[in-house]
Amino acid sequence: MRKAITGHKAVAEAMRQIEPDVVAVYPITPQSEIAEYYADYVHNGLVRTELIPVESEHSALSACIGAAAAGGRVMTATSSQGLALMVEVLYIAAGLRLPIVMALANRSLSAPINIHCDHSDAYLARDSGAVEIFTENAQEAYDYTLMAQKIAEDMRVRLPVIVNLDGFTLTHTVQPVDLLEDEVAKKFVGEFKPIYPLLDVDHPVTWGPFAMPDYYFELKRAQQAGMEAVPEVFLAVQEEFSKISGRSYQGFFEAYKLADAEYALVVLGSTAGTAKVAVDELRARGLKVGLLKPWLWRPFPAKEVAEALAHVKAVAVLDRAFSFGTMGALFEDVAAALYPLVKRPILTNYIYGLGGRDTTVYDLVRVLEELPKLEKTEWALRYIGLRE
Amino acid sequence: MPSIKVLAEREEKGVRFTGGHTLCAGCAEPMVVRTVLNAIADPVVVASPTGCLEVATSRFPGTAWNVPWIHVAFENAAAVISGVEAAYKALRKKGLMDRRVRFVVFAGDGGTYDIGLQALSGALERGHDFLYVCLNNEAYMNTGVQRSSATPKCAAATTAPVGEAIPGKPQERKDLTEIVAAHGIPYVAQAAVSHLIDLANKVERAMNYEGPKFINVLTTCPLGWRTPRDSAIQQAKLAVETRYWPLYEVIEGRYKINYKPKERVPIEEWLKTQGRFRHLFRDPRGQELIAQIQAEVDRRWEALLQKEKCFGAGT
Repeated sequence: MRKAITGHKAVAEAMRQIEPDVVAVYPITPQSEIAEYYADYVHNGLVRTELIPVESEHSALSACIGAAAAGGRVMTATSSQGLALMVEVLYIAAGLRLPIVMALANRSLSAPINIHCDHSDAYLARDSGAVEIFTENAQEAYDYTLMAQKIAEDMRVRLPVIVNLDGFTLTHTVQPVDLLEDEVAKKFVGEFKPIYPLLDVDHPVTWGPFAMPDYYFELKRAQQAGMEAVPEVFLAVQEEFSKISGRSYQGFFEAYKLADAEYALVVLGSTAGTAKVAVDELRARGLKVGLLKPWLWRPFPAKEVAEALAHVKAVAVLDRAFSFGTMGALFEDVAAALYPLVKRPILTNYIYGLGGRDTTVYDLVRVLEELPKLEKTEWALRYIGLRE
Repeated sequence: MPSIKVLAEREEKGVRFTGGHTLCAGCAEPMVVRTVLNAIADPVVVASPTGCLEVATSRFPGTAWNVPWIHVAFENAAAVISGVEAAYKALRKKGLMDRRVRFVVFAGDGGTYDIGLQALSGALERGHDFLYVCLNNEAYMNTGVQRSSATPKCAAATTAPVGEAIPGKPQERKDLTEIVAAHGIPYVAQAAVSHLIDLANKVERAMNYEGPKFINVLTTCPLGWRTPRDSAIQQAKLAVETRYWPLYEVIEGRYKINYKPKERVPIEEWLKTQGRFRHLFRDPRGQELIAQIQAEVDRRWEALLQKEKCFGAGT
């Protein structure tokens, strides 16, 4: 069923179809409409979910943790400062292996305060132990919200999953989205199977114990095993979803005209849509260019990224956030991925689009046109659309 | 009301909180925890924030908890229990839970008065069905006796030491019980580890109400108060007798003082038994400070009497 809806509505519709037992959420621009749509569903009896209108994002995720440990399926959504406030307990959600799915309407972090898109919030969660998925448009945000639930709840994974969608660019723009029938979506997601739920009062379990140097390391190693299981599960879930949706999701990233490309961009989120137009324009002029758009960012599919980029002469990696004091985080991922190759592409790193700064097709055409001029990998930041 | 016999029978039938934990010798917390859990007949799920109780009862791979128990972080026990209770409601709606389960938080004063106050206020306002028990030992004992907003004026704490310029904590303690009562929840009470039957009765009365319930329990810490290890009960009892810690309830907005000491025992009698106030009896400024402490104790007691008079059960 094709509908013209915003990214907010697309995510909210996926949540309605998943119908979690508990949603705990706190308003923040540009996420608020997800909370508003879901409150509408609850207040109109469309879902049986217990909605907890918490007093902060910290409590939103804390309540999600309590609800998930109790034995419920839970979801939340946030943005920017809200994610920053959640970070303490995001690490705990991952450490407790709780399959909480969260939409993150990407927005810059203060200061200065700004409500528009960049990826500094997503980058803040990078080492939290949550799986992170990026989406290019409202369709992908809808599709991956459904897939995220299945990935999170897989017994091999059992980790929180963040579905990133660019604030305003995706959340507030109306786009055509194909929605699954409710029954099809529900069947795909399936029943939630809690592990050691608190509410199984006849089998009491201690959640969140204190682990000293004699056990802490082993418990964290077990958590890493959950992360290591993600790629296999991710591909299996994509395959199943592709079958029921008729949309083709194959692999950890979309490789757009990359197979024979000599020059390429690597970019996360909605800017990949702009990048495709830039690639097409340069292809029309005979330049062999392509794009790699990661869907799965954590865990980072290093081996596959290296294979996909091995033949390329030069690659521009675009980061929509600083990792102050070093190169962009995505750039460092790509550079590390390529390191084992004997013959590596030349790399360069651009910071772009901070605080909602627009990135145009022309900007990306210029980035691609610069690539043939590079003689070696640059360990210095370049900027797109910055006044200096 | 649960008698000692009933409490003892429940303890024998199924120990909910076992020995073998690493709480200090003389710590009053286990007595409060056992009494509260034994006063509730239904199955319970317990949440605790970071603190003495959490650290001393959950060291992996052991546990002192024979009921479902969860710890997440320091400031969020009320939010965590909100989630547990909401999941319970959701599963009941779906017909997946048929048993009556009760929800209890055991939290220290740091996790309640200070870092956890926002989460507590949110959970109270939203009306979740749970009992929140504050094990108030009047400082951050787990991290080494740092001052909290529950620490009494002039008490020595490691972040409010007795120095040449400033003798201990300069500020009065926060009156959290009244702040909680202002939320208009069905049941609020103060209790003390010295009055365990009173505590058990309060828990039982509280559990008759749907919605948030809060009991602030004065829970002696011999380590932080610098008192003998066998003095926890006497210490709390003296706090009640001096009217420093009145035993009272606010049930659906109605005040009831459960115990009115016949004689006015001076606060000095309580202060002089504790190492954390020792400087007040050595320093020439001590007598004036004790007078200030007494004045505040009197003011609060008078205010409470007025509240009972104006908003008591008989009004």
